[in-house]
Amino acid sequence: MDWLDTQRDNFQVLSNFSERLIDGLVTTVQLTVLGGAVAFLVAVVLGLMAGSPSLWLRGPARVLIEFFRGISLLVLLFWLVYVLPIFIIRYDIPIPGPQDHTFAVGVAALGINYGAYAAEAVRASLTTVPKGQWEATTALSMSWQHRMRRIIFPQAWALMIPSLANLWIHLLKGSAIVYILPRVNDLTFELNNLRRPTDIWFSHALVGLITYFLLALVLLFVMQALEARAKYRLGRGPGLREVFSLRLRPVSPDGAGGSAMGEDETVEPKAGARAGGEER
Amino acid sequence: MSTLSTAAVLAQEVDEPTIIDDSGPIFDWGFAVDILPDMLMAFLQVTLVVTLVGTLIAAVLGLVIAILIMVLPGPLAWIVRWAANFIRMTPIVVQLIFLFWTFLWMDPMTIGIIVFGVHYATYMSEVYRAGIESVPKGQWEATTALSMSAMRTWRRVVIPQALRSTVPSLGNYAISMFKDTPFLFVISVAEMVTVAQTIGAQTFRYNEPITIAGLIFLAASYPTAVLINRLEKRLAYAH
Repeated sequence: MDWLDTQRDNFQVLSNFSERLIDGLVTTVQLTVLGGAVAFLVAVVLGLMAGSPSLWLRGPARVLIEFFRGISLLVLLFWLVYVLPIFIIRYDIPIPGPQDHTFAVGVAALGINYGAYAAEAVRASLTTVPKGQWEATTALSMSWQHRMRRIIFPQAWALMIPSLANLWIHLLKGSAIVYILPRVNDLTFELNNLRRPTDIWFSHALVGLITYFLLALVLLFVMQALEARAKYRLGRGPGLREVFSLRLRPVSPDGAGGSAMGEDETVEPKAGARAGGEER
Repeated sequence: MSTLSTAAVLAQEVDEPTIIDDSGPIFDWGFAVDILPDMLMAFLQVTLVVTLVGTLIAAVLGLVIAILIMVLPGPLAWIVRWAANFIRMTPIVVQLIFLFWTFLWMDPMTIGIIVFGVHYATYMSEVYRAGIESVPKGQWEATTALSMSAMRTWRRVVIPQALRSTVPSLGNYAISMFKDTPFLFVISVAEMVTVAQTIGAQTFRYNEPITIAGLIFLAASYPTAVLINRLEKRLAYAH
């Protein structure tokens, strides 16, 4: 019982610092949302490039994807913070120094790294859109933008959401490492910082882990809702019942890597493959 | 020797004017060759060891978790499943710091290996679960018809068939773990990227160590990924 009493005191101490913890939580959410937005942008651009038939688009996209997937997130962060400023100073490149905008560096690193993974998911789901759909758009002489926006992307979108959800959760988890940058005071930073004045750690870390877990669950629910909506708009979804189900999907760190995508998500829509683009 | 203001990044003091040695080359090949042995040693002694032992733990423990979830009675299986979900959906960085400061008497590298092994075991358990579920129902029924014991059914019939398709996933997770090892930085394990950063802090030359670290990561992970991709295709055809 002694131990429990101590723990209760520890949580009491923690609640005294709740303001700072909430500030940290806000920073973490900002990192996750902004990083996710950048990653999505990177993923769509690189994914469309990597899926295009032209070698001039596909080649650079492949190089970029493999490069940013192969390099570790921490190496990317260090490179942006320690090496990039040297180049900027040396060659007088007119962009603000990364060392002054560490939060932006964190967002960029998360966005680029996870965006490269997601690009692979985007590319893979584009290839699983049935060939007839592509041919039909050609037959209707649709422009590239029209075909992507109205026919191909809506169908691929429903397929790629589960992988994107996994990657977004990975981005949330990866955002914890950004605390090593100065002036990025996210949840991990605040928890780690509180260890010094309070000399307590167990309860702090437990609260941190549970908070991250709840955040991840929120992301999961958001993405499940998006998926249900996307399927519903394609005329394939069962409606909103799935949105509130407590079913967890396997989260793979390599979400974009062939196997994780290929196995579960690509098979099901083919079974019910109907004429797509019925979202009007 | 140049005095780069990037060193000030660590001290959170970035307002002072920058003094930079413009005469030297931006990428000093001689310096790069000098530091290469140190970094390769860190790579072999820490990064590879953590990855290999961690993968081993993940492979074994993942199978245990997957089987436990299937075999245990309802409430217990529920607890195991959500414990695995909890580990899977929380940052590995926080888990590392958590264990590091809770078990101060433990060797940081051991903590790193355990955290990576257990974290990735929860991923692997999902892969194994899918593999076990993909074993045709007839196989289970056949073992009942042959009145095999549960133990024998798992060991001789189900697991050998389930494991086959999980090999590429295990490889992919090993690569992911490999790319996550720099997170050991937060518990001060002298892993390759940490060594690179230390060299940078001591010599004020960050270009070479960090670029080399990135290149070593690329050089190690990309060919492995290609190999695993081939293996995956081969296994898929064989089915």
